[in-house]
Amino acid sequence: MADDSLVIKGLSYSYGAHLVPALAELSATIRPGIVTGLVGPDGAGKTTLMRLMTALLLPTSGRLTVFGLDTGTSADQLHEIIGYMPQKFGLYEDLSVIQNLRLYADLRNVPESGRQQLFARLLAFTGLESFQKRLAGRLSGGMKQKLGLACALIRKPRLLLLDEPSVGVDPVSRRELWRMVQELVDKETAVIWSTAYLDEAELCQEVLLLDGGRLLFAGPPGQLTERVADRCFLVQGISGNRRQVLARALQLQEVQDGIVQGQNVRIVLRAGQNQPTLSLLNAGADAYLTPVPPRFEDAYVDALGGGPGGNSALAAAMAPLPNDQAITVEAKGLTKRFGDFIAAQDVSFAIRRGEIFGLLGPNGAGKSTTFKMMCGLLWPTSGTGRVVGLDLQQAPGQARSHLGYMAQKFSLYGDLSVRQNLDFFSGIYGLAGARQKETVTRMIDIFGLHPHLSDSAKDLPLGFKQRLALACSVMHEPAVLFLDEPTSGVDPLTRREFWTHINGLVEHGVTVLVTTHFMDEAEYCDRIGLVYRGRMIATGPPDELKSQAQSPQIPYPTLEEAFIALLQQWDASHEELPS
Amino acid sequence: MFNRIRALIIKELLALLRDKKSRMVLIVPPLVQLFIFSFAATQEVKNQTLAILNQDHGGPAWTLEQDFTAAATFSKVIRLQRPEEIPAVINEQQAIAVLWIPPDFSRDLARGQAPQVSFILDGRKTNAAQIVQGYGVRIINSYRDKLAAGTGQQSGVTLVARNWFNPNLDFRWFTVPSLVCILTTVIGLIVTGLSVAREREMGTFEQLLVSPLHPLEILVGKALPALLVAMAEGGLIVLIGVFLLQVPFNGSLPLLFASMGVFLLAIIGVGLFVSSLAMTQQQAVLGSFLFLVPATILSGFASPIENMPHWLQTISYANPLRYFMTIARGIFLKDIPAAVVWGQTWPMAIIACVTLSMATWLFKKRME
Repeated sequence: MADDSLVIKGLSYSYGAHLVPALAELSATIRPGIVTGLVGPDGAGKTTLMRLMTALLLPTSGRLTVFGLDTGTSADQLHEIIGYMPQKFGLYEDLSVIQNLRLYADLRNVPESGRQQLFARLLAFTGLESFQKRLAGRLSGGMKQKLGLACALIRKPRLLLLDEPSVGVDPVSRRELWRMVQELVDKETAVIWSTAYLDEAELCQEVLLLDGGRLLFAGPPGQLTERVADRCFLVQGISGNRRQVLARALQLQEVQDGIVQGQNVRIVLRAGQNQPTLSLLNAGADAYLTPVPPRFEDAYVDALGGGPGGNSALAAAMAPLPNDQAITVEAKGLTKRFGDFIAAQDVSFAIRRGEIFGLLGPNGAGKSTTFKMMCGLLWPTSGTGRVVGLDLQQAPGQARSHLGYMAQKFSLYGDLSVRQNLDFFSGIYGLAGARQKETVTRMIDIFGLHPHLSDSAKDLPLGFKQRLALACSVMHEPAVLFLDEPTSGVDPLTRREFWTHINGLVEHGVTVLVTTHFMDEAEYCDRIGLVYRGRMIATGPPDELKSQAQSPQIPYPTLEEAFIALLQQWDASHEELPS
Repeated sequence: MFNRIRALIIKELLALLRDKKSRMVLIVPPLVQLFIFSFAATQEVKNQTLAILNQDHGGPAWTLEQDFTAAATFSKVIRLQRPEEIPAVINEQQAIAVLWIPPDFSRDLARGQAPQVSFILDGRKTNAAQIVQGYGVRIINSYRDKLAAGTGQQSGVTLVARNWFNPNLDFRWFTVPSLVCILTTVIGLIVTGLSVAREREMGTFEQLLVSPLHPLEILVGKALPALLVAMAEGGLIVLIGVFLLQVPFNGSLPLLFASMGVFLLAIIGVGLFVSSLAMTQQQAVLGSFLFLVPATILSGFASPIENMPHWLQTISYANPLRYFMTIARGIFLKDIPAAVVWGQTWPMAIIACVTLSMATWLFKKRME
């Protein structure tokens, strides 16, 4: 009976006897004919589980059978029926698209006769026909993933494993990938899609939710979402400051979890609690609560016992900056050319004190280029970038001393301990003596780093890494914070904690520039700049962008839908023009 | 500024020394190389096999044969019966040389004619064959002297060789000082070359670049820790060389370290140059070797610079290793005075200025 599915029984795996097991006592069944989501934050055990399914790893204890084949005894037969798309390194970057396909066809013993047809079909399927001769390394993130998918499909697999195919991929490409995978599913094939994005989990027919190597939930996502049904509300019509409204809401006993969504605040109530008294939120006279359908993420956070409180100790410890609405970050006609290629053209924007500005855009659109020019990591071909009025080219050192920077893969020194990292970063930002000591101690207290002080940064749990990275970037009390995809791959609780701090800092007058692929994160922004084809094609508050994208087909677009619609509008209006 | 650089240096040293693995990588391979070079890479010729074809059965021929077999160089002797056997013995590398005493050797000698003895060597082993030939000539010379003494005749001029500074030509005395140079070069290159590349790979480099640190401060923060670590390793190798391997140290320790510092600055300049170019640690290692191998060969370690063609000799003047090799050997074995050390140090100082400014230039250029 089990021969037509993938059966996991009491599966445990440990990378070393003295280490915490990467997977513990996992049991589940994965059916063919549907897309099963393997969901969880980084380090939850998703990749380990996939590698166990491919028999690249063998279980420490327990069993795993794929269509009746045991991974321990039938690895070779298993490899015949598996298509595996690893997170990275699946492609040979120095080979062209077609050479990659040929290589995989050779590796998989695809007969010479049918190849031309097969390649033509896969290239058409992935929309890569016109890029056949391009080197894989030169493809954009989304196209790389499509090529990876094509390579995994060279021999029609019975089990298709996709390891975080959507990481670093913009919403447009994410949708296309998702559509392609949906097309592949038939009653013979089982597809497993691993992801840290919870909104993707919602699209899967079934979900395995992992956290810290344990299975939190298995089943259709709707089943988990049901636990928070009737408990989700949107506070709309807020006339005051929505960040403060959120902070107050999270202090209420009735509220389990909350986030900023554009101009509104989304809250989830604790089980069995009544709606909170709106006046306590100080959200203005016109504020009202609207029930909204629950999301997978609401249920996930609820299952973990709710999010963090709304107050940031970090912000509280910081001296407030003047509330003068001054322009602190300014880009004027930023242009960057690489040879003939124009990566960014005439990008201009200005951010006021206490504002969160988000840079959004598809891969390769010029978002990172713009961001790097604003950090002083790239020299603009023309135009200027200013931070607190200081020109990044003329006074780079001074400008940078007012700037805090945190990158997606927390750039900490992994071999240094937590305290040594703090000492180092405070040192290079010019703190010394008693002031340095006092600041480091304060950071340790605020972020609860005491138990990990002498641990190497690389061995920290992900949540603590995020805390340490934030601590290192704000010790010098910068007036401006630059965040480059700060919470990608992080679990929702850590992401909430992080934004609590950012919101608090912003309330104290810190200016934030953030790039992200995460629509959830984009919702926190006061304004968003949409970068496409090297230009800033739209700027405005998230809700304004949404209304710009309204159409009869989508009357209430989500930010992601707005994002896609705006790109399409731009393409349509520029097609007629001679380029 | 001082505080920022101090923070960088502490960070760099911690990154190198805190992790057990990278600590091992810094200490174990150089020591292994030190021991392998000083025990295995010897150019002395010992334990060789000699084949002898003695077709003369007279007393003088027998004495000559005895003189050869008694030599320490030849631990094994094969006796041949016929000339036809000679090619096989050499071809199959059973012996490095064949001593062939012709049938009329004793007779010619008795008649007062100069008899001839053949010495056939395996030319494929160029170096060893030359040395064995030298031994052979020496044995024949002393044999001739004995004969002359027996007949009361004087043989004329004699050459008495004495090796100064290394009386027994102990090869280790030559190797260890050279290794002090080569191993510190490796450490200096690798530590600087890898550290920037590693930070690029980890993403921490951007974090440094967005900090208020000036590019020069970053460079100093990379160069000084490498200098410290390489000097410490150099000191360790000197200690082991002197106390464990019994190599004499006749010169001034401060002079050695002062010149080592200048030398390492030149090397670190090269390392930083490589690391500004390399995007990955792999590229950095390959780039370092691109410098390391030619620099070692042109240093006079394996073969004397004077034997090289002129154009290569000219190039070798740009090689810091060449100067430091001379200094290290000089200080170890003959206590060269400060003036001589200075004569070899100022060229290295010029090279250091060039490599360091090139590294700075490239580093800044790559940032844009």
